[in-house]
Amino acid sequence: MASTLLSLASATPSASLSFHEINKGKLNLGCINKEKPNPFIKAKSFGRVSMVVASNVSHFEGITMAPPDPILGVSEAFKADDHELKLNLGVGAYRTEELQPYVLDVVKKVNKLLLEKGENLEYLPIEGLAAFNKVTAELLFGADNPVIKQQRVATVQGLSGTGSLRLAAALIERYFPGAKVLISSPTWGNHKNIFNDARVPWSEYRYYDPKTVGLDFEGMIADIKAAPEGSFILLHGCAHNPTGIDPTPEQWGVIADVIQEKNHIPFFDIAYQGFASGSLDTDAASVRMFVARGMEVIAAQSYSKNLGLYAERIGAINVVCSSPEAAARVKSQLKRIARPMYSNPPVHGARIVANIVGDSALFKEWNAEMEMMAGRIKNVRHKLFDSLSSKDKSGKDWSFVLKQIGMFSFTGLNKAQCDNMTNKWHVYMTKDGRISLAGLSLAKCEYLADAIIDSYHNVS
Amino acid sequence: MAIRRAMSGRIMDRTAVVGARYMSSWWRSVQPAPKDPILGVTEAFLADQSADKVNVGVGAYRDDNGKPVVLECVREAERRIAGNLNMEYLPMGGSVKMVEETLKLAYGENSELIKEKRIAAVQALSGTGACRLFADFQKRFCPDSQIYIPVPTWANHHNIWRDAQVPQKTYHYYHPESKGLDFAAMIDDIKNAPNGSFFLLHACAHNPTGVDPSEEQWREISHHIKAKGHFAFFDMAYQGFASGDPEKDAKAIRIFLEDGHHIGIAQSYAKNMGLYGQRVGCLSVLCEDEKQAVAVKSQLQQLARPMYSNPPVHGALIVSTILSDPDLKKQWLKEVKVMADRIIGMRTALRGNLEKLGSPLSWQHITNQIGMFCYSGLTPEQVDRLTNEFHIYMTRNGRISMAGVTTGNVEYLANAIHEVTK
Repeated sequence: MASTLLSLASATPSASLSFHEINKGKLNLGCINKEKPNPFIKAKSFGRVSMVVASNVSHFEGITMAPPDPILGVSEAFKADDHELKLNLGVGAYRTEELQPYVLDVVKKVNKLLLEKGENLEYLPIEGLAAFNKVTAELLFGADNPVIKQQRVATVQGLSGTGSLRLAAALIERYFPGAKVLISSPTWGNHKNIFNDARVPWSEYRYYDPKTVGLDFEGMIADIKAAPEGSFILLHGCAHNPTGIDPTPEQWGVIADVIQEKNHIPFFDIAYQGFASGSLDTDAASVRMFVARGMEVIAAQSYSKNLGLYAERIGAINVVCSSPEAAARVKSQLKRIARPMYSNPPVHGARIVANIVGDSALFKEWNAEMEMMAGRIKNVRHKLFDSLSSKDKSGKDWSFVLKQIGMFSFTGLNKAQCDNMTNKWHVYMTKDGRISLAGLSLAKCEYLADAIIDSYHNVS
Repeated sequence: MAIRRAMSGRIMDRTAVVGARYMSSWWRSVQPAPKDPILGVTEAFLADQSADKVNVGVGAYRDDNGKPVVLECVREAERRIAGNLNMEYLPMGGSVKMVEETLKLAYGENSELIKEKRIAAVQALSGTGACRLFADFQKRFCPDSQIYIPVPTWANHHNIWRDAQVPQKTYHYYHPESKGLDFAAMIDDIKNAPNGSFFLLHACAHNPTGVDPSEEQWREISHHIKAKGHFAFFDMAYQGFASGDPEKDAKAIRIFLEDGHHIGIAQSYAKNMGLYGQRVGCLSVLCEDEKQAVAVKSQLQQLARPMYSNPPVHGALIVSTILSDPDLKKQWLKEVKVMADRIIGMRTALRGNLEKLGSPLSWQHITNQIGMFCYSGLTPEQVDRLTNEFHIYMTRNGRISMAGVTTGNVEYLANAIHEVTK
């Protein structure tokens, strides 16, 4: 009864879907097909009753499959491979010598502690857990850094490195319309996605020199100099991803000079603090140098690797400003960006970090585990280098394996050679030639060396 | 080498000058952001020293002692997952198990649509994240579309679609005179919107008004939305919290599914599982077929990747642990009912107290409305008086979070409301 009344009420000339029209066949209502007229805009209606029949037409007709993520897609392909010698050197996730994921002892301890404490699960403030924000800034800048004492750092908890970068990108888009971000060539694949989706224009500065398998320092400086004044320069604080090539302290000084000269803003991505040298302090040196010069600096942090908290999504965005008042304003605007993205960040990872970094005994323990993890990677580098040098009779210089730092090594292999690595040797890596040493064991170094030598020499 | 040192010497001098220039800051043009109207209330409440203070601001459940609650089933789940040694990244689409269980709640335990794999679904950062992913998706694939948002709505809805750069319009919803639904005007707005518009609907327990359409009304709404070829997007943040029964609370969605709509749904576990700070939710989009669902899911992941890469695991583990264990799930359903019943009880008590005080106004709407919130009808000025004179904190639109009302404060609250409205 009620439905008949409805139909009567709707028998106006404005679009009503009639039985006939639906049954005429596939109606393309898709938003994407702008050319096709909307079949609903038909003036006639069938008498006084229009039946509404289930239609299977979608607004999102014509949506195509997104390409697999170049990095995360590698793990998926690896999983699908049955070969017994397969090796996953794709995603940058730390593995033990037994190639198992590693949950740090300090994290286990703290998880137990949190379970016992039984804290509530209430919303965090938009900017995140205060205790976390405090310790994360201290970890990066040093607890007694004047910028912290003077409250000149706007710190907002973010969804690991990605989320923190995205907050900063949105801030740049909003307050520096038209300003460009310069990213290294190459860089972590997701950097481009982040700036694209945030609608921030970007261009590249030279970084990797394939001839030396090292840093193209002159190219880097020239490109930074050539950028329009007031550009944002995205720098990897340590353990460059994907190359493993870091500037020397001297080179950092020159980079800082040029950035200051050109009135650029340095924007650090620090995803591996502790993983490069094994020391949390040493790995923060580049950021601290810039800050010590009185520069305003943006810095994104992640605890995915160094605390193994990958899936908890814990990180932070820091903006060092010239005054506490500016820092307060910037923080308020970062919050305004976060609110319509996810309202407030997840609590669990923040509590873990706050408890570890905020407790001197646990912090010491963490430092030791950090050294152990970084140490294992250094050992693997050595073994790989030794294997390559002894097996390869061509005289090629493989020392870049030792010179590079952090989780990754840029092998210099091209795409075809990488394909050979995967197809022939079942070694999974990203197509840019990056291998994650965190996924390599001493036991597998010789096998890997064989694969690399074969791919390098026999495939072009 | 010498040249370089000399150069850097000069540059070092210049550093002092440049350093001075930096003191004036890049961030000059950054204005202080206005306080968030909802979360700002809690901040103010926390700062208040009065012993009588009452927080009926933010929509977070409190027990009868005014304390936050962690559900027993959640504590048990936490114990079970405590030994979890896997902290590896979740896939971009999140926990598959969690998403599967979540879809059952919305679409039905034995839903054919789930079996046919027609639903593109990803784990999202609670309700906010689900709405935002959808808004970004809408922008990318229906760039000429606009979203119709009810008046009033949760304030953050406007922020979400605005930041996603989707133009927004409003549709009539709340009827101030009756403190109920402005149904005729709502239907008119649906009919007058350009064909193929997107409509944001609150599946149950409308926030902030607590006014939900009746089943009959939902059927009409569905009919008219269908006639216009509109897209229905449901924000379901309170499943279980409205009536106490999640199945009942999903009724509107089920009506639309029966009618053949291809809907989208944002689901949240913040309130109904008390997982507020864990940020667990799900975005789903019902597609024509499995192939399209796979494509849509891949695109949703593509949007998530540059926002946060992959979602947090902890809350998802709690959810999937509870929902995949029949005993824990039963316990959860019981606990949800307890929460909903307590709120219904407080509604009755608040209305009763006001009537007992001899208030000249009608307070029927307190018990007519449903869910966590009551749209009291108080004006901003009256709300300010409540705050300044009585230390009662609520949002200035007159929204009372019933979850913050207890047997201990309901009389005080009623008195105060009576004072400012008599």
